Amino acid sequence: MKTYFRGAAAAIALTAAAMTASVAQAADTIKVGILHSLSGTMAISETTLKDVMLMLIEEQNKKGGLLGKKLEAVVVDPASNWPLFAEKARELIEVKKVDVVFGCWTSVSRKSVLPVFEELNSVLFYPVQYEGEESQKNVFYTGAAPNQQAIPAVDYLAKQEGVKRWVLAGTDYVYPRTTNKILETYLKAKGVAASDIMINYTPFGHSDWQTIVADIKKFGSAGKKTAVVSTINGDANVPFYKELANQGIKAEDIPVVAFSVGEEELAGLDTAPLVGHLAAWNYFMSASTPENAAFIKQWKTFIKNPKRVTNDPMEAHYIGFNMWVKAVEIAGTTAPDAVIDSIVGVTVPNLTGGVSAMMPNHHITKPVLIGEIQANGQFETVSSTPGLVPGDAWSDFLPGSKDLIADWRKPLACGNFNVKTGKCGGQGS
Amino acid sequence: MARTIHSLVLFLALAWLIPTGPARAADDSLQARIDALGTGGFADTAKQIQALAATGDDRVVPALEALLAGGLYVRQSDKKVFITKKAEGGFALIDPLTGRTAGTADTFAVKKIRVNNRLRRELKAALGGLTLLSKDPAVRLKAAAAVFKSQDPDALSALDAAILKETDDRVREAMRQARAAVQLKSDVPEADKVAALKVIEERGDRDALSVALAAAAQTEGAVKAAAEATAKSIRQTLELWSAAQNVWYGLSLGSVLLLAAIGLAITFGVMGVINMAHGEMVMIGAYVTFMVQEVIRTSLPGLFDYSLLIAVPLAFLVAGAVGMAIERGIIRFLYGRPLETLLATWGLSLVLQQTVRTIFGPTNREVGAPEFMSGAFEVGHLTVTYNRLWIIVFALAVLFALMAVLKKTPLGLQMRAVTQNRRMAGAMGIRTSWVDAVTFGLGSGIAGIAGVALSQIDNVSPNLGQSYIIDSFMVVVFGGVGNLWGTLVGAMTLGVANKFLEPYAGAVLGKVLVLVFIILFIQKRPRGLFALKGRAIET
Repeated sequence: MKTYFRGAAAAIALTAAAMTASVAQAADTIKVGILHSLSGTMAISETTLKDVMLMLIEEQNKKGGLLGKKLEAVVVDPASNWPLFAEKARELIEVKKVDVVFGCWTSVSRKSVLPVFEELNSVLFYPVQYEGEESQKNVFYTGAAPNQQAIPAVDYLAKQEGVKRWVLAGTDYVYPRTTNKILETYLKAKGVAASDIMINYTPFGHSDWQTIVADIKKFGSAGKKTAVVSTINGDANVPFYKELANQGIKAEDIPVVAFSVGEEELAGLDTAPLVGHLAAWNYFMSASTPENAAFIKQWKTFIKNPKRVTNDPMEAHYIGFNMWVKAVEIAGTTAPDAVIDSIVGVTVPNLTGGVSAMMPNHHITKPVLIGEIQANGQFETVSSTPGLVPGDAWSDFLPGSKDLIADWRKPLACGNFNVKTGKCGGQGS
Repeated sequence: MARTIHSLVLFLALAWLIPTGPARAADDSLQARIDALGTGGFADTAKQIQALAATGDDRVVPALEALLAGGLYVRQSDKKVFITKKAEGGFALIDPLTGRTAGTADTFAVKKIRVNNRLRRELKAALGGLTLLSKDPAVRLKAAAAVFKSQDPDALSALDAAILKETDDRVREAMRQARAAVQLKSDVPEADKVAALKVIEERGDRDALSVALAAAAQTEGAVKAAAEATAKSIRQTLELWSAAQNVWYGLSLGSVLLLAAIGLAITFGVMGVINMAHGEMVMIGAYVTFMVQEVIRTSLPGLFDYSLLIAVPLAFLVAGAVGMAIERGIIRFLYGRPLETLLATWGLSLVLQQTVRTIFGPTNREVGAPEFMSGAFEVGHLTVTYNRLWIIVFALAVLFALMAVLKKTPLGLQMRAVTQNRRMAGAMGIRTSWVDAVTFGLGSGIAGIAGVALSQIDNVSPNLGQSYIIDSFMVVVFGGVGNLWGTLVGAMTLGVANKFLEPYAGAVLGKVLVLVFIILFIQKRPRGLFALKGRAIET
């Protein structure tokens, strides 16, 4: 009965909101662009992020909107087509006149829209873990940089599991290649011999994993503890894990730590044979905090499906959206330049019990969690960093980028400042 | 009475030794140790497991097994540890030592004792040492395997005792190997270690190689030399087996290609329709499997192992019906215009994908594997997974069934007549347009059946079909258009070639090389491996 009343109240509030919105002029709403693929290969991951943005916007409107105005979501579908991302970004900013954009998943889609955001001076929040080596004035990276995911995961395996031999397996594109390059340099710096590192790339959507899993088994039978660091992306993961289970590779023998496998990916799998394999993220649905419980409840109600799960990029949008709201409130306007200035240093609670802050390099501070897959498709945290780790735009383990820093505060205002030469510019601009 | 006094003394001794230990619960030292599992972090739990294993008392086995399975909980109020079972509104508690029920607790009154990989290893090693004398030979075999893996020197005396008592030959062999592995890690005389290496060499699989290599790295002198020789000999044998493995993997990949391509061999091969929506028929078949399993899960869980058998005819009917609708609605207006057919069916494939995405959502759907398709068995040193084996069998069965339909049934006769000479067939009184629709429906239905099998090894997502369309065309064109034997040989050749290239060239380059090879091959033989001959082809 109570829920019925609450539902009715919400319905009335919504109708009222809709009425005011229709009465008010278009200029009286703040438009939020959502640039996620709703069709094509990436729809599997990105549709969820569109939904979570709609939920966050609805929630903010229930709280009375922003600067006394209602928020209005503008959804476009770039259809997993990288050049179309740039076109749709331009449409959002120039035609639909949005004040901010939340979007992109793959690195190539982000790279495709970068020039548009720079030219038209708008703001993009990018919610996915990525390879780093980038810091852009108009972009805020709310996903993990390699030092917030890959490096702590490798440290955990080396320390807790005593791993001496490493398989770096990834899908063949920029994120795995860069991450693996960073990891290779890092492992070698820690004294791992080149013969103890095996690097393997597979095409997108690879579905026949028999040979590679057999190779991993072969590599693992050298009398040293072996682990797989997987940057395998998207759809290819399900057949990979099925093959691991079928060939009987147990987590106790050769653990696999993945950077792209979250609760959503496990939803299509029977996880009982996979118990103990690991993933490194900044958020797990199993985090037991009141914020997270509220978020999960809100999500399940919004999506009207009690079985849906939450994952790390969703939390990144949650943090990014709240940071943007706070920055707009501080600036008193949605003008991009003012927001870009005011957002640095903004802090908002994340869903794992900490408070994340926006850094001058446009990355955020996050906790790093290592979780083991459980039979129910969830992760159980087995290790977490004591504090929050600030995202590092330029890796310290790559020769070209170790001298670079990013700081968008005035007077430096530079995304790739070389501390050796004292000049702004150079690689990655 | 004597027993009570005994345990009282023990309790007092324990209370002395472990001042922080659970004071109320300990009426037995084992009980106290088990309760201690519930305190501290992973490192403390590991120590407690080792301590429990060192007691050598097999009464602790149920508790350790429950811990391994994630069913050991600690009661928050008094820190006592229980094995739990899910019950109404919480858990039913079971005493870990006596196995008696000990009341219930609601969900928040108990806390699960967490395990990580390190603890799982400890647990398996401990259970291995404790269950070597179990009554069940299967358990003893598992125990021997666990000891082989852990190479725990403390297990040596237990192993010796177990080998003496053992009656089952297979188990004794496993124990002997475990003993050899343990000897290599313990401080037995060099001669014993060299003898142990012989046993390891007899075993000769990857685990044995791992043990030999570890021994080579950790020892000196004669043992090191012997270990290196053992490793070398094992490696040589394994190299030979890996060639056999590549053939097997190739056949299995070939069977997947075959399954995906058989339907296309009808629609494209026999009818000549460039059907870009073929992959979507496969996808529809996979979604039918998902729905069948969903219904079985909710209403008839006992039938789960038969879910695929039920799904096969349904997938055939659904995909076939969709195929016939496509033929009647679109393709029949486009015969003789390949470019338009290509564009129309490609557009249709996008429409079908998005329709499924709208109905089922964009995320992957879980299709479970029935019991007979899970796991693997060993042939020599070759691991054969059941799902791959069944897919090979299934692909061949579908192919031969289809051949029989084409050769032995009136429908097959009409199909062949229409494709070979449409006007003559029409003059003989065959309803050619109806045969077209049925043929297209048959091809689509077979693609749907393929979807049932592919749901076992791939994602069930709206993109499922896309990843197979290129491979399917490749197989049909390479094998020879219009020839089912060609499709079979083409699929198997491409599968095996791919798998032999992959270890050397990598998965990405391997695929590129295969494509380049096909392009060159088509230049030389435009009609594929097995070209149809005769007048029908020339026109």
